Amino acid sequence: MSRISRWLLPGFTTLVIAFLFAPILVMIAFSFNDPRGHQNITWQGFTLDNYLTIWNRSDITDPMVTSLTIAVISTIVATALGTMIALSLTRYDFRGRGILNLLIFIPMTAPEIILGASLLTLWVAIGTARGLPTILVAHIMFNISYVVVTVRARLVGFNRSLEEAGMDLYATESTTFWKVTFPLIFPGILAAGLLAFALSIDDYVITLFSAGHTVTFPLWVYGASRIGIPPEVNALGTIFFLIAFVFIVVQIWAQRRTGRAAGAEGAPIAPVASR
Amino acid sequence: MNRSGRRWAPYLLLLPGTAWLLVFFAVPMALMLVMSLQEGSLSTGYHLTWNWGIYPEVASQYGGLFVRSVSYALATTVLTLAIGFPMAYTIAFYGGRLKNALVLVVIMPFFVSFVIRTLNWRMILSDNGLVFGTLKDAGILEQSFRFLATPGAVIFGLTYNFLPFMILPLYVALEKIDRRMIEAAADLYASRAQAFWRITFPLALPGVVAGSLLTFIPAVGDFINADIIGARSPEVAMVGNVIQRLFLNVNDFPAAAALGFVLVAATMVLVGVYTRLVGTDRLTT
Repeated sequence: MSRISRWLLPGFTTLVIAFLFAPILVMIAFSFNDPRGHQNITWQGFTLDNYLTIWNRSDITDPMVTSLTIAVISTIVATALGTMIALSLTRYDFRGRGILNLLIFIPMTAPEIILGASLLTLWVAIGTARGLPTILVAHIMFNISYVVVTVRARLVGFNRSLEEAGMDLYATESTTFWKVTFPLIFPGILAAGLLAFALSIDDYVITLFSAGHTVTFPLWVYGASRIGIPPEVNALGTIFFLIAFVFIVVQIWAQRRTGRAAGAEGAPIAPVASR
Repeated sequence: MNRSGRRWAPYLLLLPGTAWLLVFFAVPMALMLVMSLQEGSLSTGYHLTWNWGIYPEVASQYGGLFVRSVSYALATTVLTLAIGFPMAYTIAFYGGRLKNALVLVVIMPFFVSFVIRTLNWRMILSDNGLVFGTLKDAGILEQSFRFLATPGAVIFGLTYNFLPFMILPLYVALEKIDRRMIEAAADLYASRAQAFWRITFPLALPGVVAGSLLTFIPAVGDFINADIIGARSPEVAMVGNVIQRLFLNVNDFPAAAALGFVLVAATMVLVGVYTRLVGTDRLTT
């Protein structure tokens, strides 16, 4: 191994990881800050208050509940609709696939502001008041494409002979689907659902254009930030990050176990990777 | 299921989701074009007058804004590529068993809200914040130094926020490369640099193209970074800031729609060129 691969690249990678995590570390640190007034920009002292006061502040919990409601409903609907499209795309041959692919592909690549602004044009054109239902419609719309792509990735390379075996053993079409197909593609559906949930709960741009007077959590944070970041925002961000962190540690642990079971590969492990 | 049911099955499965995308994505896009050709105001109502003149009007009024947005997005794309390529290369070639863990590390910042991360950067980079406050106290920088609200600050924010979008497709492309090709090049007396530029880089090119599009397109339409790290300065405002203001504050819908339509047309041309190059099926799977 040359000097480049031994020191330079892992060193650089470590720096990039530090860059990616810098605002998150600051967020965690300042979630324990005890600021005077609205400005949470200098360290004043350690406190756990921010974690305890969140739950009494309805100006924070109400948007949070709104966001969770939207995320749950839009995830369920988008995952169902997207999975159906993915199933159809991978198992049937029909006319218009090219156009359908574009219809799925463009919403993912168009700038978010375009999706938001064009939906606003629709609401204005048909005279719909903006609020929770319009936000839901918007979230389902942008989530469908991501679900299709994620579930389809799982369906490609799906072994149809397993279904045929089910049918040979006198299972009806629906029994075959629920007992054979569904359990096999479930990891893909779950991944798609998690992705949709994450995208929905974090969306600011598209929501802004369909929100009216409804306030979701990202909208609330953005509005509150005009005065300064309330420390409770950092506390909530930290809680969510910790949940995700635990999730990932479990994932890595599971992966290393299966990796070890499959026998160690001889590939070199970069210093950065080994800790 | 009977035979005719089987024939209709693909369409029945497609119908609800496709209808949703048509009604709430395709139709609004068309409506935005129509809206741009209307005249009137929110109170008096809008009437379709086929006012194509709005486009030259918007071009002369906001041309500079487009140039600025495109140059910020280009700078962002180049920076994310320069940072993302060595990173993706390291993970793909030297990640070993921890490859997947490192990819997860790249994705992890996404578990904190985009808005919260950007707000924390504003705090870190503020005039008397962690970085510049310290440098000023140490006497390295003048007290009047300001990073927020500069073009560099907006590009910094965009680069941070879109870096994972560059790293992931690069990683996927680099990971797929058959190492024996590089060994073969070495066997044929290619230097390491030659092997990299003539084998590795060309094979990673689909990842470079995908990553560049995934970075450039959202960056060119972004308004959050200019808003937060750009501190709402009109000097660094991007197209997205103006579209948002015209739509939600000024209510000049036709001009806003025209701006939006120009932005989306430019994006579609890019996507079109890309799909010509590599094919949609490969991109969407």
